[in-house]
Amino acid sequence: MSRALTFRNGVHPGDAKELTAASPIRRLPFPDEVVLPLRQHTGAPAKLLVRAGDRVERGDMIGAAAGFISSPVHASAAGRVRSIGPWPHPSGGFEPAVRIVVDRYAAQMPRRRLVPDWEGLAPKEIVSAVQAAGVVGLGGAAFPAHVKLSPPADQTIDTLVVNGCECEPYLTSDHRVMLEYADRVYTGVRIMLRCLGIERAVVGIERNKPDAIETMRRAAPRDLDIEVVGLDVKYPQGAEKMLIKVLLDREVPSGGLPGNVGAVVQNVGSIAMLAEVFETGLPLIERIVTVTGPGVRKPGNWIVPVGTKLCDLIEGSGGLDDDASEIIFGGPMMGASVASLDTPVLKGTSGVLVLSTNETRLRDSHPCIRCGRCLEACPVFLNPQRLGSLARKESFSEMLEHNLMDCMLCGCCSYACPSNIPLSHLFATAKAALRRRPAA
Amino acid sequence: MSEPALGVSASPHVKGGDSTPTIMWSVVASLVPVVASAIYFFGPSAALLLAASCAGALATEMCFGQRGTRRLCDGSAAITGLLLGLTLPPGLPLWMAFLGGAFGIGFGKLVYGGLGQNVFNPALLGRAFLQAAFPVAITTWPVRAESWWSLRGDNFALPLMSPATQDAFSGATPLGLMKFEQTATSSWDLVLGTTAGSLGETSGLVILVCGLYLAVRRHLEWRIPASIFCTVALLAGGLHLLDAARYPGPVFTLFSGGLMLGAVYMATDMVTSPVTHRGCWIFGAGIGLLVIVIRLWGGLSEGVMYAILLMNALVPFINRATQPRVFGAIEAEGGS
Repeated sequence: MSRALTFRNGVHPGDAKELTAASPIRRLPFPDEVVLPLRQHTGAPAKLLVRAGDRVERGDMIGAAAGFISSPVHASAAGRVRSIGPWPHPSGGFEPAVRIVVDRYAAQMPRRRLVPDWEGLAPKEIVSAVQAAGVVGLGGAAFPAHVKLSPPADQTIDTLVVNGCECEPYLTSDHRVMLEYADRVYTGVRIMLRCLGIERAVVGIERNKPDAIETMRRAAPRDLDIEVVGLDVKYPQGAEKMLIKVLLDREVPSGGLPGNVGAVVQNVGSIAMLAEVFETGLPLIERIVTVTGPGVRKPGNWIVPVGTKLCDLIEGSGGLDDDASEIIFGGPMMGASVASLDTPVLKGTSGVLVLSTNETRLRDSHPCIRCGRCLEACPVFLNPQRLGSLARKESFSEMLEHNLMDCMLCGCCSYACPSNIPLSHLFATAKAALRRRPAA
Repeated sequence: MSEPALGVSASPHVKGGDSTPTIMWSVVASLVPVVASAIYFFGPSAALLLAASCAGALATEMCFGQRGTRRLCDGSAAITGLLLGLTLPPGLPLWMAFLGGAFGIGFGKLVYGGLGQNVFNPALLGRAFLQAAFPVAITTWPVRAESWWSLRGDNFALPLMSPATQDAFSGATPLGLMKFEQTATSSWDLVLGTTAGSLGETSGLVILVCGLYLAVRRHLEWRIPASIFCTVALLAGGLHLLDAARYPGPVFTLFSGGLMLGAVYMATDMVTSPVTHRGCWIFGAGIGLLVIVIRLWGGLSEGVMYAILLMNALVPFINRATQPRVFGAIEAEGGS
C-alpha cells in the first residue's frame, strides 16, 4: 500500500500497554454502593427522575435526557436511592449525583427487554432507541451516540470510520474489545451503517496491536464493504481529525465536524456497546475500564457498573502500591487527576491510571527558549509557543486570532516542551476563561 | 483502605525526555572538541581566553541573573562564554575577554529579561562590543608561535592599558589575505585549521562533526546551517565562475573565517532563531547572503557576526510571516 499511514507532527510517548494488553476482560463483583452523576456526557445534564428512598431496579431510568444533545442515566444496580446531592466528579469539582445502596440479595439479572431488537426497526426508531438506552461515546468525551447517527440534512455521509487506535498510552480496553468481541463490534458497525444509510466502513488500528488487526480482518463480514488498516504508532492518531486525514485523506475544516467531510467516527468500544444494548436489551449501565499503571498491584481490564467508586475499583485491582502518588481518569496524555477515592466511574471513563512517585516527581520549569518543538508536535499546526506567551499575559482575545479554538488539548506541546511549560493547561484555562466571558 | 496522599496535576501526565538544561549542557559538551582543537592550535593563550570569557559571562549571570546562582545550572551562560571565547584572537588581553563575556550576558541577555527573552545572540553581541571598543586588539592575529607553551600575545596586559605592540608578531587571516592582498590560502590548510585566525575559526572540520552530533540528538536545528551552507556555496560558486581571480571559491568561503562556527553554533541559538521550519530556511539564506555581501563588498574582511546579528533582528518578522497553516484552514475560508 502506498498511502501514508500517519499524520504530520504528533509525539511518541512510550505506550506502556504491556501491563494489561494480555489481561482478558473480567467482571468485578458488585460494589456496595454506586454513585451516578447526572452529567456524564457532552451536552445538557440528565433531568432527575427519582427521590431519596426510592427502590430502583437494574436498568431503570433515573435521569431523563434533557433535549436532543443529552442522554439519560440508568440505575446500574438494583437497590435503594440513599441520597441525591453533590459528589466528587472526575472533572475535578462536585456534581449532583444519585447514590444507590446496592441490594446485596437482588438477582441483578436482566428483566424484560428494555431496549427493543434492532432488526425490525427503521433507522429513526433505532436512533431513538439508542438515545433511550443512554449510549454515549466511551472513548472519553462521552458524546451522545445517537447524535452521530443522525447527521444534519446538509451533510452527506459516505464512510463510517471505526477508531481502533487507542493512542493514549496505558489504555487497553478497546484493544481487548477487538480481540474478544470482534463480532459484536461488527454488529455495531452494521447497526450504524443501517442508520446512516451507507455501505462503507474503514477500521483504523495502530500497529502496536497486530493481534487486533489480525482478528478484526478475520472477523470482518463478507457482505459489508470493510477495510481494516494498520496505522503507525503515534499520538494522537486516534483524534478524529487525524484519523480521517490518514484513512480518507480528507481534512476536517477548522471549526467543523467529521460530518463536513462525509465521515462519522466512532471508537470500537462505543460501537461494541451499541451492539450490546440491543443484544442484551439493557441500557448502558456497565462498561470496560482498564485499571493500570505502576501504582496498582493487579492491573486488568474490568467490566464494572457505571457509578462504581474509585476505591472499589482499586480494591478489585489488588489495591494501591505504597508509592502510588496520583490517580488519573483516562489516559496519561489527556486524562484528569482525581483527588478523591469516592470519584465514580462514568460512562466515558475508559481507564484509571495509577502513577507512582517515580512518574510524578516534580520537574523544574524553565523559560521558553523558542526551540520550536511545540510547533513540531502540534497535530493541528498551531504555534503553541506564541499562544503560550499570550496565555501568560492573559491576552485571550489575541489567542483567538492565533486559532486557539482549533486546539484539541491533546497535550503534545506540553509533552514536547523541554522547558516543562504547561502549554496545554494554559490553553485549557484560556478556553475556560473565554467561555465564562459574556459574548460581546 | 487507608487514604494515600494523592497529588493532582494538569495533563499530560507523561513527559518527553529532553529538558532545557539537558539541551544546553549537551551543546557545552559538544564544544569540548572545538575547545580542545583551539588549545591544540593556540596553546595556553586559548585556554586562558576561554576561561576569561566564561568567567565574565558566568559572573555576570550570577550577580545579576534573576534567581542568583540557580540560573547557572541551565548552562546557557556557559555556552555564551565559550562561544564568545572562540571568536576572539588568541593574543587578546584577558581583561577584554572577561569584559566581552560580561557585556554579552549583561546587555545581550539580562537586560531583555533573561534566558529566552533576548533578541540578539549574546555571544555575538559581546564580540560586537569588543570589536567596537578595541578595534586594533581584536584584529591582531599572531603568527605561529615558536613553541606551544608560549603565549600568542600580551594576554596579561593590564585593564585599560594598551597591550604591548606586537607588529613584528602579527600575521593575517586567510580572509584578510584574500581581501587585502589577493593571496589565496590552500583549502587543506583551511579545513584542517592550520592558519591564523580566532580560536574557533580554525577548525571547520571539528565544528562540522560536533554540529552533526548535536543535530542527530535533535539539539540543533539542522535546517539553519544547511541553509547557510547552501546559500553561501551557491553564491560563492556562481561568483567564482564569473571571475575566479576576484572571487574565492565555495570551499574557501565556507571554511574561512567564522562561518563554520557561526553557522553551526551561533545562528542555531534557539532563542534568537525562528521557530518555524520555513523560517529557519529563510533565516539561513539571509545570513548566507549577508555574509557574501559583507565579505566581498563591505569594508570588513569578515561578515558572519554582523550577518547573524542583522538576521536576529528580523526573527520576529520571519516568525510572523511563516506561521504554519492551521489544520483544515483552507476549506473553512472557502466555505465562509
